[in-house]
Amino acid sequence: MKRRVRRMRRMHSLPAVKGFSPFGSVQNLEDKTVYLLLEEYESIRLCDYDMITHQEASVIMGISRPTFTRIYASARQKVAKAFVEGLKISIEGGKVYFDSDWYHCQSCNCDFSNPDKTTEVKSCPLCGSKSFTHYQDDESKSPEIVEKDLEDCFNSSENRRHGRRKGKNCRENIQGKGRNLV
Amino acid sequence: MKVAITSTGNSLNSNVDSRFGRCSYFVIYDKETEAIEFIPNQSQKLTEGVGTSAVEFLLSRNISMVVSGEFGSKIKPMFDSRKVTMIVVKEPKTIDDIIKLINHKK
Repeated sequence: MKRRVRRMRRMHSLPAVKGFSPFGSVQNLEDKTVYLLLEEYESIRLCDYDMITHQEASVIMGISRPTFTRIYASARQKVAKAFVEGLKISIEGGKVYFDSDWYHCQSCNCDFSNPDKTTEVKSCPLCGSKSFTHYQDDESKSPEIVEKDLEDCFNSSENRRHGRRKGKNCRENIQGKGRNLV
Repeated sequence: MKVAITSTGNSLNSNVDSRFGRCSYFVIYDKETEAIEFIPNQSQKLTEGVGTSAVEFLLSRNISMVVSGEFGSKIKPMFDSRKVTMIVVKEPKTIDDIIKLINHKK
């Protein structure tokens, strides 16, 4: 029987630091490290820092809600272990991929991505004009359904080789068909 | 800031190549020094994995922006993790046009 392949977890961006180390220990602690996976860091960031629910966070990471809860439980277990036992935390590893949104510039008719999500796009990186639109901006649908649609497009074999960029066209197609996929 | 542009030839009048991995030349343009470098694409003739090897080559050059006509699906996560901006040009444009557009920002 073929082994089930673990699904890739979508990540926002890399953490600011690669890890944490304890200071001022009373007794001589063992020099051990807790390895926190990138997906576990992301789950803590979404749940505890951004204060969103497990359901929403699982949609953002492109995994199921139970899987997200398992990752989150493991993350808390590891962080608690490091806190109590005074161990180092190293954030590394995990099955993740990075993603960014697409924008369209009207003045030079180009599409561009914004990989650094922490900074907002102010102008088109190519021509510097301010007239650009965000491809993800879709007010008519709730974020959950939009993500679901994108999931369908991303996973369907026809659009797979085009990557995320064709997601918009594909989403439009689904809308036109009355969105029977959702 | 360095910008990589895919090119069909090794002159400023050549067009932007619509393919990323199988383009003929990479143009590395340095915004500060305005130096332009034409590098033949070594991985063009590979049967598979052209895109990924092209990404690795460009990342070794410390670029922060890529201009091309089309990118494959494996390319985006690789550039996103290294914070490289991807630009998809839809109309046929020459390398000279692109460099003028980039400088227009200043």
